[in-house]
Amino acid sequence: MQKIMMKIRFKSWQFALFLLSLALWIYCYVADSGITNSVVASGMRFGMPLALAAMVGIMCERSGVINIGIEGTMLLSGFTGFYVASYSNNIIFGLIIAILTGMLTSLVHALMTVMWKMDQIIAGTIINILASGLTSFLYKEGSTVPNSWPIFDIPILSRIPLIGAALFSQQGPIQYFGLILIPAIWIMMNKTRWGLRTRSVGENPGAADTAGISVIRIRMTNVIIGGAIGGLVGGFICLELVGSFSKDFTAGAGFTALALMIFGRWNPLGAFAAAILFGLAQALATQLQIFGVDNVPNQFITMLPYVFTILVLAFSAGKVRPPAAAGKSYEKEQS
Amino acid sequence: METTLLRIENLSKTFGTVKANDNISLEVNRGEVVALLGENGAGKSTLVKSVFGLVKPDSGTITIKGELIEAGDTAAAIKHGIGMVHQHFQLVPVMSVAENIILGDEPHNGAFISYAQARESVKELSDKFGLEIDPDAIVEDLPVGLQQRVEILKALRKNVDLLILDEPTAVLTPQEIDELLDVIHNLSNQGVGIIFITHKLREVLAVADRIVVLRNGKSVGTTTPQESNESQLAQMMIGREVIFRLDKKEAQPGSVVLDIADLYVKDDRKLMAVNGLSLALHAGEILGVAGVEGNGQRELVEALTGMRPTVKGTFTILGHEATGSSPHAIHNLGVSHVPEDREKDGLIATLSIEENLVLNQYRNQPFAHGWVRNIEAVTTYAQKMIEKFDVRTPSGKNPINSLSGGNKQKVVIAREMSQNSKIIIASQPTRGIDIGSIEFIHNQLLAARDSGVGVLLVSAELDEILSIADRIAVMYGGKIVAILGAENVDRTQIGRLMAGAAQ
Repeated sequence: MQKIMMKIRFKSWQFALFLLSLALWIYCYVADSGITNSVVASGMRFGMPLALAAMVGIMCERSGVINIGIEGTMLLSGFTGFYVASYSNNIIFGLIIAILTGMLTSLVHALMTVMWKMDQIIAGTIINILASGLTSFLYKEGSTVPNSWPIFDIPILSRIPLIGAALFSQQGPIQYFGLILIPAIWIMMNKTRWGLRTRSVGENPGAADTAGISVIRIRMTNVIIGGAIGGLVGGFICLELVGSFSKDFTAGAGFTALALMIFGRWNPLGAFAAAILFGLAQALATQLQIFGVDNVPNQFITMLPYVFTILVLAFSAGKVRPPAAAGKSYEKEQS
Repeated sequence: METTLLRIENLSKTFGTVKANDNISLEVNRGEVVALLGENGAGKSTLVKSVFGLVKPDSGTITIKGELIEAGDTAAAIKHGIGMVHQHFQLVPVMSVAENIILGDEPHNGAFISYAQARESVKELSDKFGLEIDPDAIVEDLPVGLQQRVEILKALRKNVDLLILDEPTAVLTPQEIDELLDVIHNLSNQGVGIIFITHKLREVLAVADRIVVLRNGKSVGTTTPQESNESQLAQMMIGREVIFRLDKKEAQPGSVVLDIADLYVKDDRKLMAVNGLSLALHAGEILGVAGVEGNGQRELVEALTGMRPTVKGTFTILGHEATGSSPHAIHNLGVSHVPEDREKDGLIATLSIEENLVLNQYRNQPFAHGWVRNIEAVTTYAQKMIEKFDVRTPSGKNPINSLSGGNKQKVVIAREMSQNSKIIIASQPTRGIDIGSIEFIHNQLLAARDSGVGVLLVSAELDEILSIADRIAVMYGGKIVAILGAENVDRTQIGRLMAGAAQ
């Protein structure tokens, strides 16, 4: 009974925060719609890659595999995606290669952790080190991509007051794709057979196994799908957001995504909200710089989003409860 | 319709060197409740896991409804109508009852789960078998008895003909046990064959149509509740013929070295396992604690050695209040501990024999000078102990895992006996080891007794206790129900006491 009460209280707490943010947003919008729209839109632009990277973590951990190799997955796929796009003069081809690279990297991770039951943290670290070393070694300066993705408005939706201009106009295709993908993952996780099985494997693989569900197959599939999303994000950062490949461009984004996943309680929508919050903090920091807050050193302003995230993470109420079997290899009981 | 539901023929399974199942044959008819009775480690679980395909037997056949089923294939077992309720529930605690029940075979529209249909099917099942449950309750919020009900419903949903219940009453309260026994009756009346595993005699007599007793992996007898009684069953479970008699001198009991007063200890499931136990151990005696396993012996030993917190009550060691002390502090008071699970609590698997031999004194002279260890001293000492305790190994530098179970146990005994303790707490010291090592260890315990050490011997082997203990304390339901002198005991009486009969 107490547990149920806690759940309800937590939900109402979330709801209150949501209402508060909404009120703030409307207030700012009424006060100055132009700046508000641009801040929210750039918050989305900053936040979406992180939100998608957090989806990689969610896909893996809900099935019981901790993946700290998101960083490396993105780095490798950004690398291959960018150079393939550059040499073939075709960014679509580049993106496809990026996704395939992500899947391949995750296949390696899945083989190590799910099939060979290696320690999941070590497997992730191997991927990260390998990716960082390989991409730095093979890196060649001076390559460019032929063009960038088109930026466009979504008809009708972009005219909705408040959200239209901020969410549905002047964004690239992957932004919009994220807006579809993240709710889709939520629905799949909570309403479909695949989702129920994934969650059961992540919580109690023994229960799934005795119900005739293949733990290994579910985990392999989820990790590889996660890898595809990771590849997409890596490619997206190099081909759209930055437009070039630079050494270690991820700069810890994979780990930030994991923190956001935890903040969002392994819930796709929660992680999305957390990522957008982080993006907004970053956008605000940029905005502050543009307005020229002179008496504060620049470093402090760029620090803002991180400080903000740490504070929110530290004070977000309620106990964090990861999937019970996350990080544990599954072995059939034999005695 | 054929009445024989399940036929197991000559099934054998070996784990490492242990014969878990040795040529077992068994039949279950439709609507029949067969109780598999036996001590922990008798091979009951292995047998039913073979039937359910979780364990692949080395030899033997399993036939269900006249069809041979493939060994080691759970899916095939489920397809043939076998359902199993595991000892450790296989539930997802954060999910609802309905979600748990439908898992693996979800009613669906396309990819989406139809929760309406799921609820409907749970409702239908509960009505059909009289197992009331709220399909929307979250499993972790339910009491254990209802969680078990979810497990049973899960199995029943797959249209089982044969339902295996692995120690279903181990976690239940007495009221829940009564309810479960009703459920079992009800199911068998509907034609479901049931295999019911337990080591509790009362339940067996209450619910079984036929009782099969297993001991050390062998089937040692089949009987019915009408033809047997509790003490007879207890003897079948535990009794093996006394193989050897030890020459032992008259005990010279001294003062009380370990005094336990009204002790309460909880088990891992937070249920009270030791329930107001009082007991006094004297110097120079072997006090045997006899009892069917699971009556709080493990929790008692863990509490006395500081490995498990106590709830209430006290115990003193050589006059020092030791309740709540750390294992280290208790060890320093002069208590040696031969743990029940030598692999887990007695040895460090990755270290060598030598290092395992000095685990309790590696930091003392001459094995260390301040910060620096003296490996040579360890080697010399270990060589002596290896000879003295007859550990069969080419070198003390070999990893401990290169030894057999009996020799590993000798290493534990050698270590624990070598420190001039005043008390030795030995839990199942001869479990799973060869006769020669058993005899050796028994002689060591007797020698310790003769030198004035108080020995608390906890064992599930009644014969072990009968052959070396000076006094016998019978433990049942977390309490000592009787203390008997070793001279004039009769097995039947102990058997009855172990089964919980009033004295």
